[in-house]
Amino acid sequence: MGKKESKMHEKNLALVEGAFKKYYFDHFDQIHVPPRTSEREFGYQKFNLGMKRHLAIKNDQDLHLLLMTQIPSDVYCSNGYYSFPNLPMAEKDWKEADLIFDLDAKDLNLPCRKDHTCIKCNNCQNTSIYQTTCPNCASTKIEIKSVTCQNCISGLKKEVKKLLTILKEDLGINNEDIQVFFSGNEGFHVHVVNSQYQTLTRERTELIDYIMFKGAIPESFGFTKQNFSKTSFPEPDEKGWGGRVSKAIFNSKAKRTKAIQQILQGGYSVFNSRLEKLQNTIGIKIDPNVTADIHRIFRLGGSINSKSGLSKILCKDFVDDFDPYLEACFIDDEETQVLANCPVQFKLKNKKYGPYTNEKISVPKYAAIYMICKGLADAS
Amino acid sequence: MIDLGKEDLAKYPFLAEAGEYIRDRGFNLEEFGHSDFKPVLEKAYNRIQVATTGKIYNSDLHLDNLDSEILSFVISIIMLKSVGISSLTRRFSLAEARRAERYLQQDINRSKDSSRVELAFKILRDVFSIDVNIIHDDFVISVSDYVHRAIHFHEKEWKLVNRRVENGLVYLNSHETVRLIRRELDNYINSKIQSVSIPSVPKAFDEYVSILRSLAKKFTSTFEISTEYPPCIKHAIEVLDKGENLSHSGRFMLATFLLTKGKNIEQIVPLFKNAPDYNEKVTRYQLEHLAGKTGAGKKYSCPSCDKIRSEDLCFEIPECNNIINPLQFGKKRIKNA
Ligand code: SF4
Ligand SMILES: [Zn+2]
Ligand SMILES: [Zn+2]
Repeated sequence: MGKKESKMHEKNLALVEGAFKKYYFDHFDQIHVPPRTSEREFGYQKFNLGMKRHLAIKNDQDLHLLLMTQIPSDVYCSNGYYSFPNLPMAEKDWKEADLIFDLDAKDLNLPCRKDHTCIKCNNCQNTSIYQTTCPNCASTKIEIKSVTCQNCISGLKKEVKKLLTILKEDLGINNEDIQVFFSGNEGFHVHVVNSQYQTLTRERTELIDYIMFKGAIPESFGFTKQNFSKTSFPEPDEKGWGGRVSKAIFNSKAKRTKAIQQILQGGYSVFNSRLEKLQNTIGIKIDPNVTADIHRIFRLGGSINSKSGLSKILCKDFVDDFDPYLEACFIDDEETQVLANCPVQFKLKNKKYGPYTNEKISVPKYAAIYMICKGLADAS
Repeated sequence: MIDLGKEDLAKYPFLAEAGEYIRDRGFNLEEFGHSDFKPVLEKAYNRIQVATTGKIYNSDLHLDNLDSEILSFVISIIMLKSVGISSLTRRFSLAEARRAERYLQQDINRSKDSSRVELAFKILRDVFSIDVNIIHDDFVISVSDYVHRAIHFHEKEWKLVNRRVENGLVYLNSHETVRLIRRELDNYINSKIQSVSIPSVPKAFDEYVSILRSLAKKFTSTFEISTEYPPCIKHAIEVLDKGENLSHSGRFMLATFLLTKGKNIEQIVPLFKNAPDYNEKVTRYQLEHLAGKTGAGKKYSCPSCDKIRSEDLCFEIPECNNIINPLQFGKKRIKNA
């Protein structure tokens, strides 16, 4: 549910809606209502229209009917369970909520980012490679558009793996209660059902800080302000943050004595700021607002993401060779003409596209839709 | 149901079983007016009086004493009901909660006497719905049970990230385990007291009731918490009011804030009365110092929001409106909005 995108032109709309409709028609098999459907709130958005929320949906048939008749740009379902999901928020009677996590490539902020990011000016519609003002009209009202990047995806996969370890080993969540999805754009969503955390409300912030490694104090590693010498620093093979911090500081036992000696010399506040910095390297980069939200409507698995035309799909037994730009791309490859203004190259289904400067081109429909959804091409 | 001995009832007189025991023994309110019960009334009064000083009442668990221990708790409640001053009741329930906490901690530590440990665990389970288990020498509870309670503590050591967490369990020592439920224990005892209704009390109670009433007046602070105070200040006052410990920087913040707002030392001193380490002389001296009335006469000012934030004493709400010092709270208006 990002910020309001600029409205889509009629020709683009016809092309994209047609493609979305075909997707929904051909792929009912991978779009399902989640368990305990009747307790969930659903919502959807249509192109160029606002969000409709507070809907109740009974089963797959109902959902499919909605998809066919409304052709939504985006479909959402609550992580929360309610007695009356279709009433206004205050009357819904919240019962519990699944734990959800959003890991987004932009939060990783990898060095490769600038190579696959471009800008589109809201003032003159000009597109160009990444910079802070529009090179055409000098406006600062620009939208940042990022396209496919395998490096970002592998970075995210590492992050998801680290998250899964914490969820399972630290927080005791069963493997079968965890689902990992590709978000449909440039992120991953992790859903946890049935855990001991379902009924937590604002206490979720404690889980978030734990996962992000926020707020750790030297005392937890055996240092107090008064006493630096009697350290009982954790061993790298210990479970939880103790072990992970040790691993980050002196990954082998041989280096332990020296590393601890250094910490002792630095003193309390130096170690304190070191712990703070470790947040960036060993803390998991989840979006804290998503996990804290117990009333969120979250993109529905199997639905198509209007930011890209790719689908939010389940990554069964989350594996290294999962390639979302291949596996989440379901729109067909019918040759389609567009006028492309795409200053950066992207890759879908193992094929490279762009960069294009105001070029009339013919590309497979999925690539055309991808660019139109990003605002980097127009149907012609 | 917990299978409790008489000593257990004396330690945990707020449990339903203690009430049953008294009923089974056929005691009634009338009887307590009899001069035979004078020592028990004395004890009951003492229990409350001790609570008002912020100390914890020490029970004598000698076998001959157990009945009067159990009864004195009940009589304390009757007295409190007759006095009818809720701040007095609160103080009593907190002191009793801390007293029970002590026994719980002793009981769960008796690893050699497994029935003691079992009893303490049962109380935690039946009354507070927390499952405690032992792994090697540690006590473990589920992460969700833990964060549900620890979120009310403001010291960083209680943050989940500063705990040993494994397989959905948090590892604690005995002290931490029982400390976690103090607030609930306090509320539990307090609600027990609220739910009791007594028709009329024997004459013998009158004397105690009137002493307690004047006692309550003396320590009830006449301090009104203005709704215009920022959350950090409200929180600090709340902490003190509950008899919990407020850090040095918390006290500094509170005192400098109130002094700048024009409160005088006479008005501020009573706020600190419930602090576990309260000493009127010292408090007075410190306040005078902050107000610039001693030594070099330097007047201290209220710390900035940034500083307060770094000390974990900030509880920012939208109304804080990006101010940089709590003193600005409620003053800053959005211009051109
Ligand atoms: S923002 Fe400032 S005034 Fe508001 S709670 Fe935090 S410290 Fe207090
Ligand atoms: Zn421009
Ligand atoms: Zn990248």
